[in-house]
Amino acid sequence: MTTTSRRERAGASPSAITALAARLRARLGTDAVIDDHQRLRTYECDGLAHYKVTPALVVLPVDADGVAASVQACAELGVPFVARGSGTGLSGGALPHAEGVLIVTSRMRDIVEIDPADQRAVVQPGAINLQLTKAATPFGYYYAPDPSSQQVCSIGGNFAENSGGAHCLKYGFTTNHVTGAEVVTPDGERVRIGGKAPDPTGYDLLGVLVGSEGTLGIATEITVRLTRLPECVRTLLAGFPSTDEAGAATSSIIGAGVVPAAIEMMDALAIEAAEAAVQCGYPAGAGAVLIVELDGPSADVERQFEQVEAFCREHEAFEIRIAADDAERALFWRGRKSAFAAVGRISPDYIVQDGVIPRTALSQVLRRIAEVAAQHGIRVANVFHAGDGNLHPLVLFDDRDPGAADRAEAVSGAIIDLCIEHGGSITGEHGVGADKAKYMPRMFGEDDLDTMQMVRCAFDPAGLSNPGKVFPTPRLCGEVPGRRSADDAVHPLQRAGIAEVF
Amino acid sequence: MAPTVVAADRIVEALTAAGVGARPAGPVDEVDGVAAAAVAVVRDTFTTAAAVRVAAQHRLTVVARGTGTKSTWGAPPDRVDLVLDTSRMADVVDHAAGDLVLHVQAGIRLDAVQRALADAGQRLAIDPALAESALGPGTVGGTIATAAAGPLRLSHGAVRDLLIGITFVRADGTIAKAGGKVVKNVAGYDLAKLLAGSWGTLGVITEAVFRLHPAPRASRWLISESLDPHSLDRAIQAVVQSQVVPAALEIDRTPDGEGSVALLLEGFEDGIGARVEQGLALMPAGSVDLKPPSWWGRLPGNAASTLLKLTSEIAALPALLAAVDSCGAPATVRGSAGVGVMHAAVDGDAATIVDVVRSLRSRSAQWGGDVVVLDAPRDVKAAVDVWGPVRGLALMRRLKDEFDPGHRLAPGRFVGGI
Repeated sequence: MTTTSRRERAGASPSAITALAARLRARLGTDAVIDDHQRLRTYECDGLAHYKVTPALVVLPVDADGVAASVQACAELGVPFVARGSGTGLSGGALPHAEGVLIVTSRMRDIVEIDPADQRAVVQPGAINLQLTKAATPFGYYYAPDPSSQQVCSIGGNFAENSGGAHCLKYGFTTNHVTGAEVVTPDGERVRIGGKAPDPTGYDLLGVLVGSEGTLGIATEITVRLTRLPECVRTLLAGFPSTDEAGAATSSIIGAGVVPAAIEMMDALAIEAAEAAVQCGYPAGAGAVLIVELDGPSADVERQFEQVEAFCREHEAFEIRIAADDAERALFWRGRKSAFAAVGRISPDYIVQDGVIPRTALSQVLRRIAEVAAQHGIRVANVFHAGDGNLHPLVLFDDRDPGAADRAEAVSGAIIDLCIEHGGSITGEHGVGADKAKYMPRMFGEDDLDTMQMVRCAFDPAGLSNPGKVFPTPRLCGEVPGRRSADDAVHPLQRAGIAEVF
Repeated sequence: MAPTVVAADRIVEALTAAGVGARPAGPVDEVDGVAAAAVAVVRDTFTTAAAVRVAAQHRLTVVARGTGTKSTWGAPPDRVDLVLDTSRMADVVDHAAGDLVLHVQAGIRLDAVQRALADAGQRLAIDPALAESALGPGTVGGTIATAAAGPLRLSHGAVRDLLIGITFVRADGTIAKAGGKVVKNVAGYDLAKLLAGSWGTLGVITEAVFRLHPAPRASRWLISESLDPHSLDRAIQAVVQSQVVPAALEIDRTPDGEGSVALLLEGFEDGIGARVEQGLALMPAGSVDLKPPSWWGRLPGNAASTLLKLTSEIAALPALLAAVDSCGAPATVRGSAGVGVMHAAVDGDAATIVDVVRSLRSRSAQWGGDVVVLDAPRDVKAAVDVWGPVRGLALMRRLKDEFDPGHRLAPGRFVGGI
């Protein structure tokens, strides 16, 4: 393949799109294909609204056959395609391709099976995360990964992005909970991998598919692990003078061998925003709040909860509230889970950042973030999963203020650099998508990225599946030096006379 | 690939010139009955890369070896020109105790890892089941490459779930990294998961970063013995569906169908008593012990038996056990009942084993799992399809072709002759 042919593949001509639309209408039905410009604009962005691209075509298949037919058609005509679930992603992973097809799974929302005996559920990709937990709860189970968008986000999107959530500190991410999938590969083939049993024989294809951000294929059915509801859940909310004390309390808790279900922190500005938005009634005057949740067998939880409380007091918590019931627990969480949207109350525009640092570097990094923000005259509200060092700085600005957007972008980028400098990651759960592909070379070397793209070449040699995401530059596939040839049949040492054949 | 004998001294010479310690191979360097030509002793990622580059230049096949505890597992390699001995590449690179993260070289043994963590009150929650004859656990690299797991998998996941970063050397000698040093990280493809369970066929693992857990402050084993199949299944189901949160749930079943079940509870001294009471209520005539039963974390059988790995849906375990009982040969079964992974040691000659494997595979849809011949005498391996049917094999071949286009890394060892 030459560079020229790749460039030609990067988008489709209007006539190819017209042909594709006609073909998919015939195959999927008229209502499943959208090419009206106004209606296409509904899909121009995902949860990261400042990136906007109108797709050339949107298809809404109702089943795996429809997804496969759509992908096959794209593959045959060399048209790029992007999969989209609920469109809640925060890295532009489902940002459409202007000359490509957006394959939307929102009509594939079924929970196919809840199987408590095997501790599994089977769902269609458009199934909503929280709906799955609701369907499993009557059986004494739930689906553990709980991104803040769980009321609307789809399991297919979670699969693509390897979504986490507040409780992944203890329970892991999507990748730890997927045991099987049916996937449409970028050439349009339907492949089933794994199922309800663990360890499907062969390479761990699910391991690379989950979190590949739609660049290796589209999941059309997903089998996930269900987790037994805990016997006991205890949640406390503690107010601290500053993030330093809250961070120290977190370190003490983890250092004592406690593995909480979640430890979440918010700083003063984030608290202010949450108060303005949802009136969560957090301790007045707090420089930081911690929400700590423990779950598990009652005997253990009660004992560890006392420890957690003691650590909070030891680190100068001036107020500790313990949720008396589910309603109060929900109130604690409401402030935290609404934090991103809530900053809209205190700032007309904002960037949600997502970076990871080693937890022990928390105080140091927060100080540096404050310095950088001050230098640029920008306010930053901090919300984070303190237990695993996943920061969500909210960079606040007013787009009407000339240059403010650029300064906010500079602060946001500097935060990512701080994460890398401390040995962390450029994204803990939002994904690389369109937004952070440019940062990938700061975290990984050229050889590392090249190696990752070898996986891309194995799955999608034509580069049609969500092109332009994750990697800053595409790798040309099929030009691997030393590719196996007929020549290899003869051992080179043998040819050189070093070895002989018996 | 035609069997060849490569002039070992020429390989040793080339490796030495590249600064890699090397020697001609001897009988002890055989890999599952396949003679090796030379052995390179690697000490870090860079010497490994140097050795693999030499291998690439001379188109040598390469098999990595730690302590060799699993060198007879899987299919035998087609040819072994060069064994990469990783056992001297055994340092702890960094233990970030406050972050519960460990960075090690791949040749370090798992017991050395646990010793290094003990003072901090932490552990790596990987306890691969060992052969009865094994003197100690294998290396980190071998454990990752074979995705070996043990009882703790129920509560902490498999190797793939604890591995957060990896460094490996590609077939052409390029050093590649993926993941990182933080637990939460979704930047780029998760190559660590691809390498886990790749049996040395995609790259040579040189360093690994793991998520750690606090070591339990208190542990209790709850054991019920001499259970008939029905009682065994009832006990398993009762525990699995309960809220006692077992760290592990293992069974041991003799060829006559009698079984034991052992439940491990981990926690804190002042909370565990109540949980033990809860656990005992689920187990028929259960007793409590501070130590595991003798069979805990041990693979069944001996060098003469065939070791099968059998996976199943959790609730379909009785169907799997019934199929093993009627497979036509005596079998001891052990494994992680709450996970759905069993190991069976079957005794019989090659013809018998061929029938057993065929019979189990033909019925495996009943329990939704796979039947893999993990280890077996050579004549048995020659007669059976070790790996059995594989879903997604075409994609796996394409991955192999990308990562190792010359098919020189452990060729023939893995599924579909990969």
